[in-house]
Amino acid sequence: MKKKVVSLLAAMALTVVTLTGCGSAAADTTDTTAEETEGTEETADTEADASDAATEATEGADMSNVKAGFIFLHDENSTYDLNFLNAAKAACEKLGVECVTKTNIPEGQECYEAACELADAGCNFIFADSFGHEDYIIEAAKEYPDIQFSHATGTKAHTENLSNYHNAFASIYDGRYLAGIAAGRKLNEMIDNGDITADQAKIGYVGAYTYAEVISGYTSFFLGARSVCPTATMEVTFTGSWYDETAEKEGANKLIEDGCVLISQHADSMGAPTACETAGVPDVSYNGSTASACPNTFLVSSRVNWEPYFEYAMTCVANGTAIDTDWCGNLETGSVELSELGSCAAEGTQEAIDAAKADIIAGNLHVFDISTFTVDGKTLDSYEADIDTDPDYTPDHEVVLDGYFHESGEGFRSAPYFNVQIDGITLLDTAF
Amino acid sequence: MNEKKREPLFHIVKRSALPWYQALLIRIAAIVLALILCAVITTITTGINPIQVYESIFAGAFGSARKTWVTLQNISILLLISLALTPAFKMKFWNIGGEGQVLIGGLAAAACMICLDDKMPGGLVILCMVLASIAAGAVWGFIPAFFKAKWNTNETLSTLMMNYIATQLVAFFTIVWEVPKGSGKIGIINQDTNIGWLPQAFGSKYLLSIIVAVLVTLFMYVYLNFSKQGYEIAVVGESENTAKYVGIKVEKVIIRTMLLSGAICGLVGLLLVGGINHTVTTTIAGGQGFTGVLVSWMSKFNPLTMVFSSFLIIFMDRGASEISTNFGLNHSYADILTGIILFFIIGCEFFITYRLQFRKKAEKEEQ
Repeated sequence: MKKKVVSLLAAMALTVVTLTGCGSAAADTTDTTAEETEGTEETADTEADASDAATEATEGADMSNVKAGFIFLHDENSTYDLNFLNAAKAACEKLGVECVTKTNIPEGQECYEAACELADAGCNFIFADSFGHEDYIIEAAKEYPDIQFSHATGTKAHTENLSNYHNAFASIYDGRYLAGIAAGRKLNEMIDNGDITADQAKIGYVGAYTYAEVISGYTSFFLGARSVCPTATMEVTFTGSWYDETAEKEGANKLIEDGCVLISQHADSMGAPTACETAGVPDVSYNGSTASACPNTFLVSSRVNWEPYFEYAMTCVANGTAIDTDWCGNLETGSVELSELGSCAAEGTQEAIDAAKADIIAGNLHVFDISTFTVDGKTLDSYEADIDTDPDYTPDHEVVLDGYFHESGEGFRSAPYFNVQIDGITLLDTAF
Repeated sequence: MNEKKREPLFHIVKRSALPWYQALLIRIAAIVLALILCAVITTITTGINPIQVYESIFAGAFGSARKTWVTLQNISILLLISLALTPAFKMKFWNIGGEGQVLIGGLAAAACMICLDDKMPGGLVILCMVLASIAAGAVWGFIPAFFKAKWNTNETLSTLMMNYIATQLVAFFTIVWEVPKGSGKIGIINQDTNIGWLPQAFGSKYLLSIIVAVLVTLFMYVYLNFSKQGYEIAVVGESENTAKYVGIKVEKVIIRTMLLSGAICGLVGLLLVGGINHTVTTTIAGGQGFTGVLVSWMSKFNPLTMVFSSFLIIFMDRGASEISTNFGLNHSYADILTGIILFFIIGCEFFITYRLQFRKKAEKEEQ
C-alpha cells in the first residue's frame, strides 16, 4: 500500500514539474504573441500613415490618439450586451483604435469606478451600455472634463450641461415597425391557411418594464403588424427585469397558453425565443438573429447597430470636434437593422419590408402616424412628454406635430419617450 | 489475517494542539497547492500563462492608487458584514439574514435621502439616516431573535425569509421612487444637491468605510474576547444548559446579540447607500450577506483573522474583472479560481485538526 502512495506522490510531483515546464513555455509563447501583436499594431499604424488614403479619406482623422473604453452590464451571454460588444470590437478594428472592455459592471458605484479606471488607463472615449449606468457616468464625466463620455439609451445629456457627456440611441421603432410587417404577413398566412380565424390573430409580447423604451417598442411593432393584418391584437406581459431568462420563458409560455399565435419580445435573454421554438410558435426576436437556436420558428429580428455611432464618436474625438449631445441613428445611418428573414417567414415579406423601409427613409411613412391608432377611442391630437427627466415626471414638451408623434425627434432627446397606451393592446400585468 | 486485511488504509486521528508555526505552514502549503492547481487548470483550459493571470489579478486589485482604494473599501464592507454576523454565529444562532439586514438598512437610508431632502438641513438628514438605518437593521435582526427566544422557532428559516421580505420591499420602493417613470431604477439620489451623502473623510471618498471597519473590528475583538457580554455569547454558544445553570438569561442574550448583529448590518446598508452608491437597488448587498457567513466561519470567529479572509475574497473578486478585461476570459473564470482556493483553505483546516495514520504505521505501533 505504501508503495502505491509513494508512486502516487511521485506521479503527482512529476505532473507538477511537467506543468511548471509547460507554464514557462507558454509564457514565452504568450510573450512573443504579445510582441507580435504590438508589431502588427505598429505596422497597422505605419500602414495608416503611409497609405492614409483608405482611412483618412473617409474619416479625415488620425485615430492613433484615440483609446476607447467600453463598459457593459453583462457579458457576451446577454444578447443585448453582445450586440454592443461586437459593434465596439468591429468599430475599433475598422478605425484601428485601441479598445478596452469591462464586462459585468453593475448599475452602481462600480460603474463610476470602472469609468474612472478606464480614464486612468488613458482612454479618452468612454462608453457605457446600460440604462442604469447613466448617473454614474455623469459623475465620472464631472471628474474628468477632458475625456468624452457617451451613454446608450440615457435621457439626461441635454439637461446636464456637461460638454463631455453625450447620449445616443437609434430609431429602433422603425426597425420594430418593419419586423411587425413580417409578423403581420405571417398572421395573414395563418389566416389564409385556415389555421386561425381573423379574430384569433393575437400577438404576444414579453416586455421588461412599463418604461417608454419598451412601450415605444411594442407599440411600433404592433402598428407594423396591424398595417398588414388589420384584425391583429396584442397582449403584453412584463418581467420586471432587463435580463431574466426564466421569467421571459414563463412570460412567453403564459402568452402562448393565452392564445397568442405569434410572440415578440423586448428583454435580453433567449428565454422567449426558446419557449417559442419548443411550442412551435413563430417568434420575432430582438438584438440579433436567433435563427441558429430556433430554426423552425424564427421570423425576423431587429436590432440597433452601434457601429456607426462608435465610428462617428471616435472620429469626433480624434478630430477634437464635439460629439452630438443627443445622437439618434436611423435606417439611413445603418444604425437600425433587420436580420435575414427566417425560414418560416411568409411569402412576399421581404418585398413588403423593403417597400415600407423605402417609404420611411423617404419620409412618406411615419411609424407613429396619429391616423393609424387611437387612445381611448380618440385620436391623439396632442401629447406632452416628459423629455427633461425629473422625479415628478413633469410633462414638458409637445411631441405630436405635423400629424405624427415625434419619437426620438430632433430637438427633443434620443431615448424614446412614447409611453401612451393605444387601443388594441392589452397589458396583462403592469406591476413593473 | 483476514481481520487485519479489513482494516482501512488509514485512520483519522485527532491531533493534539499544533504549534502555531506548524498550523501556519499547513495553511501556506494549502494556498500554494491551490495556486498550483489553479495554474494547471488555467493552462489546460485556456492555454494562457498562469503567471500572467496571477499578475493580472494583482494588478486588478492594486494596479493604481484608485484600484487600491476601491479594494480596501470593498474589503471594509465585506469585513463589516462578517463582523456583524460573528456574534450571532458564536452564539450558534444561524443568522443567514445579513443580506436582508443590510438591504433594509440601506432602504431606510435611501428613504431619508428621498423624503427629507427638502424638509431639513443636510446635517440633520444624515443624522436621521444613521439612526434609521441602524434601527432598521436592528429590527430585522430582532424579529427572528424574538421568535427564537420566545418560541424556539428555527432561526435559519426565519432569517432567510427576512431576506426576501427586505428584497421585495426594496423592489416595491424602487417602483415608487423610480426615475424616469417605468424605468425600474432610482438612479443617484440628490445628484445635484448631494443632500444625505455621507461626508468624505479626510478628502477621500473611500476612507469613511475603511475607518468604520477598523473601529468596528477593534470593538468586536474587545467585545467578544474581553467583555462580560462577549463571554455570555460564548457560553450560550457552547451549551445553553450551562448558560442557564450559571444564571445567564439565554433569551436576553439571544435578543441582545441579534440587535447588535442587525444594527451593524444596518450600518453597512447606510455606508452602501449614503456613502458609496447613493442609490438603492435590490442587489446592492451583492450576496455579501452570505459571503460574510463564509468569512466569519473561515476565520473561526476571530475578527482579526477576518481581515485576511475578506481580503482574500475581495482580492480575487477585483482580480476577476481584470482577468476578463485582459484575457477576454469570462468573469466566472475567476470565480472558479476563487472556489478552488477556498476549497483548499477550508480543506486544510481538516489537516490542522486531524492527522492521517496509515495502516502499516499503525501495525508497527501495535507491534
